[in-house]
Amino acid sequence: MDWNTIFVTTVKASIGLETVVYALAAIGVNIQFGYAGLLNFGQAAFLGVAAYGLAVIVSTFGLSFWLGIAVGLAATVVLAFLLGIPTLRLRADYLAIVTIAAAEIVRLVFRSVAFKDVFGGSDGRQNFSGDFYAMNPFAPGTYGIGPISFNERTTWVLTVGWVLIALSCALVYLLMKSPWGRVLKAIREDEDAVRSLGKNVFSYKMQALVLGGVIGCLGGFIFGLGQASIQPDLFGTEFTFYAYTIVILGGAARVFSPVVGAAIFWVLLVFVGNTLSEAVGAGVFGTAVTVTQVGSVRFILVGLGLMLLLIFRPQGIFGDKREMALDAR
Amino acid sequence: MHADTTVTSKKAAALAAFEGIETEPGVPKPDPILVVEKVVRRFGGLTAVDVDHVEIQRGSITALIGPNGAGKTTFFNQLTGFDTADEGSWSFNGKQLKGVPAHRVARSGMVRTFQLTKALSKLTVMENMRLGAQNQRGENFFRALIPGSWRGQEDEITERAEELLERFKLAAKRDDFAGSLSGGQRKLLEMARALMVGPELVMLDEPMAGVNPALTQSLLGHVKDLREEGMTVLFVEHDMDMVRDISDWVIVMAQGAVIAEGPPDTIMSDSRVIDAYLGAHHDAPMSAEEAEEQLQEAEAELEAEIEEKA
Repeated sequence: MDWNTIFVTTVKASIGLETVVYALAAIGVNIQFGYAGLLNFGQAAFLGVAAYGLAVIVSTFGLSFWLGIAVGLAATVVLAFLLGIPTLRLRADYLAIVTIAAAEIVRLVFRSVAFKDVFGGSDGRQNFSGDFYAMNPFAPGTYGIGPISFNERTTWVLTVGWVLIALSCALVYLLMKSPWGRVLKAIREDEDAVRSLGKNVFSYKMQALVLGGVIGCLGGFIFGLGQASIQPDLFGTEFTFYAYTIVILGGAARVFSPVVGAAIFWVLLVFVGNTLSEAVGAGVFGTAVTVTQVGSVRFILVGLGLMLLLIFRPQGIFGDKREMALDAR
Repeated sequence: MHADTTVTSKKAAALAAFEGIETEPGVPKPDPILVVEKVVRRFGGLTAVDVDHVEIQRGSITALIGPNGAGKTTFFNQLTGFDTADEGSWSFNGKQLKGVPAHRVARSGMVRTFQLTKALSKLTVMENMRLGAQNQRGENFFRALIPGSWRGQEDEITERAEELLERFKLAAKRDDFAGSLSGGQRKLLEMARALMVGPELVMLDEPMAGVNPALTQSLLGHVKDLREEGMTVLFVEHDMDMVRDISDWVIVMAQGAVIAEGPPDTIMSDSRVIDAYLGAHHDAPMSAEEAEEQLQEAEAELEAEIEEKA
């Protein structure tokens, strides 16, 4: 078994593209679900419309990169309003149902045959990241420490990604320390009480939905640019569920929990996956597990680990045990 | 104590305002803060609220009583914008409030509490209090990002909150989660938080429900203090001792309508109120003639039986 490869890929995963994308998506979910109590189960759609906004503007219509970013951001805000206006006045579960359905609609529109000319069907879109890599300040070569290093393209994407994560965390920190954040947390606890104190609950929920969506959509841009291509099936419902898992793993309503949660989630997946495939290659399990089954088995094992975490540390890594105790009252 | 003299004067002023007012439902008051006109709320076939006319006197403590299911809480919800009335109108300080959303009603100075206390569990007691303050600059998304723009106001709010917590004997719990308070303390917190809004009319929905007797007295004192500070109080309550103790005027609801009004000492002996609580065909004590009649009937029966046997 090649422990060196396992170690290197695992460490790379902790700061890699998936971690960045899922961290941004999870920061958005944390604002919506962790702080404001909004069950947005359509976070994947927010990343999807952003990534497709960029890709379609650049590769389908041949317009500029920055226009693509602007269209992606605008599409995210429009989606938030479309979902929020009819549902935010209703009970929390309605938002969950509507968002999960909307996310699927968005994905199916992107992969539909009717719009193949625009969205590229199930093949998605390529050739839209040229302008982004043209801005790359890193000269060709590898950057990093010893074997844990990336080429200049990946380094550039990761740099931008981690800067966006840092900015998002700073934004969340400032907001949640402020009276604005206090209203949001109060809405999570009891909407009617907040209403009776003269706050426009609908407006705050909408602000939270838009803000969470916009931060998530940054992850959509990074996802598309990092892979230099996008496919509709990247934005399925399981994407959203992973983002929720990450938030709960880190501990809801904590500034850094989505970032640390994302890193741990991907480190675990990569470590378990690589160790299993090395072990299968070395014939440790005999014929009980084949190489093709490793992908599923790693999710089983990581899922098991998360269940144990929730049983023995339900507040997540950064959570406060006293807060969990209040729920039991 | 100085406070005692003001207590009597405010109480006396409130009582004087009710002097000589008839006890008919919907009777006009000298200086109403809230005027309700023909408010109807139906749930399918059930008419939960059908109030023809009601006025609430400014600067008084008015109790709203009635048997279970009389529509008291539903009526509260209509007035405070938490539910939409099917018909009717009501004005607060001369301002029409029909169709105005709950948060605007609160901003205009009419603040309510809830029957089931709504303490914001995972916020500290202090954060609960701060939330009540109005016109906070830091509650705007963009200004929230510049702490310098709201710090000064936040300090003022904190100072006011500390005074109120002191008064409601919650100062020691300042940094505890509201969820860790006892039921009675939550009621106190909810009332104190409502005061942070700076209301003119405080609407308390069953302020004494689930409060232990030791705290009841202190809660009663706080409600009386509201009147001393010039606020108007309208409260729903089942505990008649409390109603008699603190209210200046009582409004009785039954089956969605206001059936009687009057001062607390005499309202419970009003025949309409007794009918509403006990039903119109209840067993009233027998009068002397009725007793005599029954006795004679029984004797006649006995005599008839004796004659048959003989």
